[in-house]
Amino acid sequence: MPRISIEDLKKIKEEQKGKMVLRGGSHRAKVTVHMGTCGIAAGAREVMNVFRELIAEKGIQDVILTNSGCAGLCAKEPMITVEVVDLAPVKYVQVDKEKARKIFEEHVLGGRVLEDYALAIGSETMAV
Amino acid sequence: MCASPYYRLQIMMCAGTGCIASGSLDVRQAFERELTKRNLQNEVQIVMTGCNGFCAMGPLVVVYPDGVFYNQVKPEHVPLIVEEHILKGRVLEKLLFKDEKAKGRVPLMKDIGFFGLQRLIVLRNRGLIDAENIDEYIARDGYAGLAKALTEMTPEQVIEEVKTSGLRGRGGGGFPTGLKWEECRRYDNFPKYTICNGDEGDPGAFMDRSVMEGDPHSVLEGMAISGYGIGAEQGYIYVRAEYPLAIQRLQKAIEDARSYGLLGRNILGKGFDFDIAIAPGAGAFVCGESTALMYSIEGRRGMPRIKPPRSAEAGLWNQPTNLNNVETFANLNPIILNGGEWFASIGTENSKGTKVFALTGAVTNVGLVEVPMGTTLSSLIFDIGGGIPKKRKFKAAQIGGPSGGCIPLGMEDVEIDYESLQGVGAMMGSGGVVVMDEMTCMVDTARFFTNFSVDESCGKCTPCREGLKVMFDKLTDIVEGRGQEGDVEFLIELGHHINNTSHCGLGKSAANPVLSTIRYFRDEYDAHIRDKHCPALVCPDLIDFEVIEEKCKMCGMCFKNCPSNAIVWEKKKVAWIDKSKCTRCRTCIMNCKFGAIR
Repeated sequence: MPRISIEDLKKIKEEQKGKMVLRGGSHRAKVTVHMGTCGIAAGAREVMNVFRELIAEKGIQDVILTNSGCAGLCAKEPMITVEVVDLAPVKYVQVDKEKARKIFEEHVLGGRVLEDYALAIGSETMAV
Repeated sequence: MCASPYYRLQIMMCAGTGCIASGSLDVRQAFERELTKRNLQNEVQIVMTGCNGFCAMGPLVVVYPDGVFYNQVKPEHVPLIVEEHILKGRVLEKLLFKDEKAKGRVPLMKDIGFFGLQRLIVLRNRGLIDAENIDEYIARDGYAGLAKALTEMTPEQVIEEVKTSGLRGRGGGGFPTGLKWEECRRYDNFPKYTICNGDEGDPGAFMDRSVMEGDPHSVLEGMAISGYGIGAEQGYIYVRAEYPLAIQRLQKAIEDARSYGLLGRNILGKGFDFDIAIAPGAGAFVCGESTALMYSIEGRRGMPRIKPPRSAEAGLWNQPTNLNNVETFANLNPIILNGGEWFASIGTENSKGTKVFALTGAVTNVGLVEVPMGTTLSSLIFDIGGGIPKKRKFKAAQIGGPSGGCIPLGMEDVEIDYESLQGVGAMMGSGGVVVMDEMTCMVDTARFFTNFSVDESCGKCTPCREGLKVMFDKLTDIVEGRGQEGDVEFLIELGHHINNTSHCGLGKSAANPVLSTIRYFRDEYDAHIRDKHCPALVCPDLIDFEVIEEKCKMCGMCFKNCPSNAIVWEKKKVAWIDKSKCTRCRTCIMNCKFGAIR
């Protein structure tokens, strides 16, 4: 390892940011791929991989990609939920690789909801 | 495909000594195996962190980004976690932390009372960084404090900032750190030294070990800042050889920092030279005393010497030396970055900032906690510590190790700061808190701590060397039934003599456990001496081993557990103890749920 300067300190901090965002830092968007058995059978894994590749390719650090269980609408899997900070969460249905790329560009990075692919805007209310 | 792997999920595994002892390395292997099997190794990253603090529940696993907290994870749970949580996104209920109060499972770390009520400054990076990765430390503003000090501040300004912060020595003495530095800076002999005291020896204390293991760079950075402040170019970390993991991680941290030029010559290109070496100690308690510690580093016998001259004037190799505790150093990065006033806004009037405590003994959440000064003892034990297990009652808390004292029931609302604790006969000490329940005999406890001090006395001063032994023998007489009227008065007198006439901090406080238990639990001493009975049923010679007929519920638990068949019992009949067979092992007492044996 070379000797570092004060600028390097900042650079290292910047480079490590992606890792740290996961551990409770601030993020700009969160993509949840619903990966119950139904989702995986319908191709959720491929969708997940598309997001992973895009994030790695572009070196994006403040987008969280996570998975959750079956969203309940198994007929329309694979489903994903996109939550851009300060915007209502949006559920997309029957996502394939192509749609996933578009959603990433337009909604996750651009903040524009793709209404054609969306199931609903907002989250379900929970019975307490 | 992927240029570099993008980890969408991180598994943070506690690799503190506590969790390693409960098997976290096996769990890690299981994760590695399972992730490879499912081809997830480029998607999920395993990070080994320092002590997370919740040692009672180890091995601990926290899954980010969700922050789901699993406890007591065994290797056999791993396939299920990977399949359910990592593959399908379903949180695994049965491994979540179970909150007794809320009567439910709590999935998120931030919702657990143990974590939620803490304020982390010293432990700011705990569970969040890989202890062996300097880049992760830097990512959490590591070495930014040193950089700020070197670029924007003069050494005098650094000292001024520390004085403003009100930071006081965290090793127990509570001397203002800024004043210490200022004094050391005044002497112009060169070389000067700055030493980190990692000789943590109190029974039940493991704060410093966790910091050195979990965040070694925070100690190195603090030392470098102090070196800049006082004008030293060499630092030593005195750490006991019983802490091998701490030594190993500190060593790696020093090497990494050197290769980045954060230690060594011309640090960050700012013309400041500073390097650190580790000085392993052999584990003598007295070597935590400043002058004895310095002798030990010099290779001489560790015995305290008379002050003055103070270490700031003539310390290590008779050169001006600054000595601070591990925790004190770990506070410095945030103080320099956020300013002394920020730090001074936390805590009480005379005790600023936070304090790390090691909670042990009869408390549900054994572990490491950091709370603002001024937090009450009851909040520490009940809200964070989760109270006393097995529905028993709180009796006392021993604070400050063998130099400290007991705080009894009824005084648990005392605020934790240097002066308040001293006011009730205990002391802050380095931060060990031993919680005791009603099954604890206070005479026996005092005897335990006195025994420790007898063993650890260096032998230089007669009152400590001989007086403590006399004290220990007297306590032994009392717990073995040979106590006499007047013994307590004798102990009080002897205790005051030892405290008043010993030379170093160890001797000056060695009688505290005895004096404070007499102060608050005189009736227990009297019961031992006059009634020849131990009220807590701990001292075997002072127990009758008789069944109290009215209390016996005839359940037979004593009969079933007695290893020497000394109990006579039939269904629906009160048990009876055959004293000719009884070995006084107390198994029956431990197993009786109704307190029916006296």
